[in-house]
Amino acid sequence: MSPNTPPKLVKTLADINYMLKEAPREKHFITGAQAMAEAVKRANVDMAIAYPITPQSEVMHLVGDIYAQGHIKEYYRAEEELGTMSAIAGAARAGVRLFTATSGPGLLRGLEAIVSWPGHRVPAVLGILTRVVNAPLSIQPDNIEMAYMMHCGAVMLHAENQQDTFDYTLAAFAIAEKVDVYIPVAVATEGFFVTHAKGYVNMMADDIALHPFDAIAAPVPAMDNETPPARIQRDAPVQKSNFMSYLIHAVWQQEIWDSNSRAMKYIYEYLGGPIEVQNPEADVFVVASGCAAAQAREAHRYAQDEGLSVGLIKVRAIRPFPVDEIREAAKNAKALIVPEHNIIGWLSKEVKAAIPNGGIVVPGPRVFGGMTLPVELIMKEVYTALGLEYELKL
Amino acid sequence: MLKKVTEGPAGYMPQSAPSMGVELSPEGEALLYGNIVSEEEAMRDAAIALLTRDNPTIFPGPQVLWDWKDDVAAKAAALLELASEIPNCKIIPMPDYRPKYPKIDVKAEINPNHPNLTILDNRIKACIFVGVHCHYANLSLRMIRAGTDCYTTALCAYMGHEEAMASIRDVHASTVLRFKEIVIEERNRLGIEWTPTLPPENPSLQKEDYSTLAPADYGEYRSLIMTKKGEHVTEVE
Repeated sequence: MSPNTPPKLVKTLADINYMLKEAPREKHFITGAQAMAEAVKRANVDMAIAYPITPQSEVMHLVGDIYAQGHIKEYYRAEEELGTMSAIAGAARAGVRLFTATSGPGLLRGLEAIVSWPGHRVPAVLGILTRVVNAPLSIQPDNIEMAYMMHCGAVMLHAENQQDTFDYTLAAFAIAEKVDVYIPVAVATEGFFVTHAKGYVNMMADDIALHPFDAIAAPVPAMDNETPPARIQRDAPVQKSNFMSYLIHAVWQQEIWDSNSRAMKYIYEYLGGPIEVQNPEADVFVVASGCAAAQAREAHRYAQDEGLSVGLIKVRAIRPFPVDEIREAAKNAKALIVPEHNIIGWLSKEVKAAIPNGGIVVPGPRVFGGMTLPVELIMKEVYTALGLEYELKL
Repeated sequence: MLKKVTEGPAGYMPQSAPSMGVELSPEGEALLYGNIVSEEEAMRDAAIALLTRDNPTIFPGPQVLWDWKDDVAAKAAALLELASEIPNCKIIPMPDYRPKYPKIDVKAEINPNHPNLTILDNRIKACIFVGVHCHYANLSLRMIRAGTDCYTTALCAYMGHEEAMASIRDVHASTVLRFKEIVIEERNRLGIEWTPTLPPENPSLQKEDYSTLAPADYGEYRSLIMTKKGEHVTEVE
């Protein structure tokens, strides 16, 4: 921790609905990394713990800066990612608001601790600035790491651009801390394409902050030794080899995924829902998340200009996955084109599993290893799905 | 009413209520068998269950067992009033959430890691969970539904519980007293004669002489004897 005492700032405390929907905003031209840090600045964070590997993104460096400016109560740099993520779990026991961010290999190194957060009911916010997973060594954007996060129980949001990164990060704190959710929320966006690129972000003033964390309104007791119901379980409850131990683990796992599904109503309340649909009557939809959605949006615009029956389904929430919403949006579609920034196509698999007629899913185009996603690749699939010829020129 | 959630035993590995489509009730309403109903309707059904089923029992959790924040003492007092109006009601606490090894004293307490043991041994057919942290209440309620035929009622300070047959949310002392009045009304309607009587002392607890009680007497629970936040104790042993 810094030997210098940060200044004590006076802020107006506000409800998340006011902050997201009513507070006056000003337009800024900033990077995605800055947008995430600016959200943290307004989130009244108690503690941020970092293992910032440059050049994943500047997020945790910037969070260190805002700690020095007095916007965060505690901040330190841990030894490495497993230590960072374990320390987040430990700090959660004290009942405080927490933030950290990581990327690619760093995420995987911390994964052992991160995947235990939901089970430990750690309501932290985790920034994921996606990056290639080695080998070979690379620092380029690719979101395959999100596939490793998708089955741990955490809520996962995927930001298209700098504005999304700001709004989703702020909303993530409110979602994570709901008493019927109380599991981590990961906010992912593409490294470099979003984190290092500037875009317009409408932000409220930074002298407004979220109401402080309420450690009392929690589904598990915080380890606050000043209040009597502080005793958390001393022994792991499920380390015995008997039926009861198996059963408690089973119902505990169910509870985490139930908590995950309960987050959906807050995704509606704060973010307008888990998906955005453009041109709902279209024959062909481009379904995308993260910055692939930005390219999908461009493809949708091209298609509108060319008079083609093409719609856009932007997926904001990866967990809980909007199964019902996608099924409804795609009920009359003839084809769903799913462009992605990874080799395995985790989104196309999710979409295919969500709808009764999975055969209409076109699993691509996909780029990976840091390659960009030209809109023309998406247009080629659009034309093919509509039975038209398309001359691909890159 | 289509009952989405019913008394068990639901089986070896039951689906959770939320995964069956049960959603928490909005403010001002309650859940009854997984359906959103008025608070009064849920209270009346729970009252009838507590009045007509064997061995009705209240399971108070840490949040009402210790006077740790405003309104808890009033809520605890209201719960005693409620218990005294339910014929032959017992109170079995859930003082903490650690598993009890090698063997739980099922007459003395209930535990979220194996709540069915207390239910089954005491042949409890209707119960109330109150003051149990939501995570542990959900685990307990699901395990009880899995392995017993007990009717479960949740009196929750927050948003309620999908797994309970009757779930009342945002419960304060006044809510408990409202529930008590409904219990009395239903008891009179059913023609059950009863003189309000407090539940018996917990049979497994030794009579305590508070005049000579020292922290050491609390054994492994002594860390629970803590001052309240902001309270400063100047006299120590």
